[in-house]
Amino acid sequence: MTAQANIPPIPPRLSATFDQSTLAEIRRAAATGIYDIRGAGAKRKLPHFDDLLFLGASISRYPLEGYREKCGTDVILGGRHARKPIRIKIPITITGMSFGSLSAQAKEALGRGASIVGTSTTTGDGGMTQEERGHSSLLVYQYLPSRYGMNPDDIRKADAIEVVVGQGAKPGGGGMLLGQKISARVAAMRVLPEGIDQRSACRHPDWTGPDDLEIKIHELREITDWEKPIYVKVGASRPYYDVALAVKAGADVVVVDGMQGGTAATQEVFIEHVGIPTLAAIRPAVQALQDLGMHRKVQLIISGGIRNGADVAKALALGADAVSIGTAAIAALGDNDPIYEAEYQALGTFAGAYDDWQDGRDPAGITTQDPALAARLDPVLGGRRLANYLSVLTLEAQTIARACGKSHVHNLEPEDLVALTVEAAAMAQVPLAGTNWIPGKRES
Amino acid sequence: MCGIVGLFLKDPKLEPALGALLAGMLFPLSERGPDSTGFAVYGNSRDGHSKLTLRGPVGTDFGALAAQITNRLGDVVPVVRRDTHAVVSVPNGQVNEARKILSTIAPEITIVGTGRRMELYKEVGLPSEVANRFELAGMAGTHAIGHTRMATESAVTIDGAHPYSTAPDQCLVHNGSLSNHNSVRRELIRDGITFSTENDTEVAAGYLTWRLRHGMDLNTALQATLKDLDGFYTFVVGTESGFGVLRDPIACKPAVMVETESYVAFGTEYRALVDLPDVEHGRVFEPEPAKVYFWELRH
Amino acid sequence: MTASVNARLFDLERESLRDLNAALHRIGPQATGHWRVLNPKGRHSVAVGLDANVTVEIEGHVGYYCAGMNKSATIIVHGNAGVGVAENMMSGMVHVKGDASQSAGATANGGLLVIDGSAAARCGISLKGADIVVKGSIGHMSAFMAQAGMLAVLGDTGEALGDSIYEARLFVRGKVGSLGSDCVEKKMRDQHRGALHALLKTAGVAGDVDVSDFRRYGSARQLYHFHVDNASAY
Repeated sequence: MTAQANIPPIPPRLSATFDQSTLAEIRRAAATGIYDIRGAGAKRKLPHFDDLLFLGASISRYPLEGYREKCGTDVILGGRHARKPIRIKIPITITGMSFGSLSAQAKEALGRGASIVGTSTTTGDGGMTQEERGHSSLLVYQYLPSRYGMNPDDIRKADAIEVVVGQGAKPGGGGMLLGQKISARVAAMRVLPEGIDQRSACRHPDWTGPDDLEIKIHELREITDWEKPIYVKVGASRPYYDVALAVKAGADVVVVDGMQGGTAATQEVFIEHVGIPTLAAIRPAVQALQDLGMHRKVQLIISGGIRNGADVAKALALGADAVSIGTAAIAALGDNDPIYEAEYQALGTFAGAYDDWQDGRDPAGITTQDPALAARLDPVLGGRRLANYLSVLTLEAQTIARACGKSHVHNLEPEDLVALTVEAAAMAQVPLAGTNWIPGKRES
Repeated sequence: MCGIVGLFLKDPKLEPALGALLAGMLFPLSERGPDSTGFAVYGNSRDGHSKLTLRGPVGTDFGALAAQITNRLGDVVPVVRRDTHAVVSVPNGQVNEARKILSTIAPEITIVGTGRRMELYKEVGLPSEVANRFELAGMAGTHAIGHTRMATESAVTIDGAHPYSTAPDQCLVHNGSLSNHNSVRRELIRDGITFSTENDTEVAAGYLTWRLRHGMDLNTALQATLKDLDGFYTFVVGTESGFGVLRDPIACKPAVMVETESYVAFGTEYRALVDLPDVEHGRVFEPEPAKVYFWELRH
Repeated sequence: MTASVNARLFDLERESLRDLNAALHRIGPQATGHWRVLNPKGRHSVAVGLDANVTVEIEGHVGYYCAGMNKSATIIVHGNAGVGVAENMMSGMVHVKGDASQSAGATANGGLLVIDGSAAARCGISLKGADIVVKGSIGHMSAFMAQAGMLAVLGDTGEALGDSIYEARLFVRGKVGSLGSDCVEKKMRDQHRGALHALLKTAGVAGDVDVSDFRRYGSARQLYHFHVDNASAY
């Protein structure tokens, strides 16, 4: 063997295409023969609200004084047809998450927190629990393809009904709950054998298409004597058409959930590769409402990756009436908190990365049915934490709105925004910062 | 998404009422189809002649147009005007010539359909408005199909409205949503079929036209759609002698039919059929999925 | 509240559907009564969301979702029913004298749905505990994902019966077009014959047919836990 001392070493190189995660996933697939299932929303980097900035007041615009000059935050939802529209005090609601995917304690905490600040929570793909109705001053009842737990008594107890066509994590997919979370109570509510892996339908059993959705919405109104607002929720896919059709079908409120929207469990490929980013969905959704003359008459709620008051303000500036949070809400309750780091490590992950919510072994006691784990979450304390977080979101949004000279957060408009990237500028239809250029918009 | 209706008369005594009956079938489907309305009526024919249904901008002088065509063809071209549409009658051998003349002297005119017996009308608006504009209630014939439209992925324009003409005396209406129409459209364009919208139904109509052009009969062409078109669909096709119905294999979109001694009727909802004569004693049934149905006049 | 007897005639040519449903909803849970509804003419959502021990007889054909989410009431349709008759019913009885369209008894949790004629596709889809008796035949994809309850069919079934079925029990006297994913024929034992007989009795046909002419179908339970070897069934 000749001496190799003079040959400079080539450092080993990882492929950008076949990176460590990809290779690990291939090995996992080869070992199990089944797709990877996990919770949470899309994790990859996507154009998002961080790519937008507000133009605060200076000489041409004047700000409102903080704390003294009012900046309103309330929203009325459902005025189009409902005899009893609902009024939320802040433009942030808690999105649908099922009892089953979450523990009863977590659902109770969400209800308590939302009620403290005067906003609504939403049931999920499993029906309404008594605790939930008891602890939530405003409760939106989801009407899903599976119809688990659906019954007229609960419909009559709800403050609004949300017809779910899909969600951002998996537009075109149905619910999923694995056997380890189908406890006796969950099984009883869903009329399923305990411990099995639940399969869910992805289409509603008795209607398909907006023409028949119109008849279904009419039926729900007749059952509830036209009292309650009817929402229609879609995963962000073709938002312009979907929002227009929801309006034509008679919806009072439309909810559009972007791909960053979380789920308790679905296939990883569904989460990361189906559906469009929240930022890309808002302007087309608003455009559809404007083209139909229904902006602000049919309310638009945006969800999927809302994290702070800046996100709230940006969604409103682009035309939404309110936003909804899921992942952020459970983070406020303690999901992925580093105090459980040792347990996350034992599960093969670390705090912040834990997303195997389908396993039901959540150390924070939130995405689990295990009584010992679930007991770790004190619903009263959790409710307080959520209320704190929602208050911060609201205060942050108000701060921004006041700085832009607005006496109500709904007066934020697209012209208050600029973009840092070409993608964000094109998606949000606002100019690149420091320029007049909006990609794709013809100069008039 | 939409409402579809079809009416095939077995009893000649009902022929003068065809238009009125069809109008009555369209009105209840307004909510599920508020954007535009269209229908095709198969009425009288004139030996050796074909009808061309024309559509023009508001204010078009169809009389003057017909006069110009008369001059160039050397044959008197009668014209019947209904609102933005008009039907002119030309000798069979001169249909292509008439098309050329029109595209030269009046490029803003669209030929919506041609045929010995078929007249085709469609406009943006609710069924009641559109039916009145075209005086549908006064039309007579042996059979007709109609459509009320809720636009899904294409714009609410007149070009997006159904029925779509696929061949002389043939047209198509559709309820549902195709999922591979963009790919099919690209193939058809390569083979010379032209399109003016992004509409999925226009692709289905183009597909049938293409199959028929290559010698397939309509029945076989409809069978072929089961293989080549993907998505959800209920098709009703009008032909010179009758109408056909086909539902996709999954058959999620509703479809109801009723047959009496006097007629066979199709509607997306039973509500479209309630005012038909003696409907309470008719046989009500639903067409099965993936099966081509046909009702034809026996000469 | 004392029970009161209601006897009312509602003509939908003269009064609105909203007024009918509103009046029906005002009936207290203790009340009994007999209502007749004339001229439904294919209207949708007739007698939906009832919660009372009343009988409602509808003279004519109804559209979609007749008797939707019914509780306790007895609803008789002297005609055909459109899509989703008795959908999500909780209790009570719905009797369709004619035929029913698609998704009859969809996701119904309790009570009894009887169809004298035939039902179209997806009969008993997502069934959650109600019982359905169809004297005629049923269409394709019936009992899709049916979780609990019984479906008895005197006639034939279409393709893909009981696809992805959970624990609902199916009894068919005529021909089965084809079986769906994870749905298999199961042995008819005395307990099943007994349950079927009781069901047919409530539907008023126990004397007309022999329970031994029926075959039983249910879940093979192979899809209860995700497994790669079942991939083609998903």
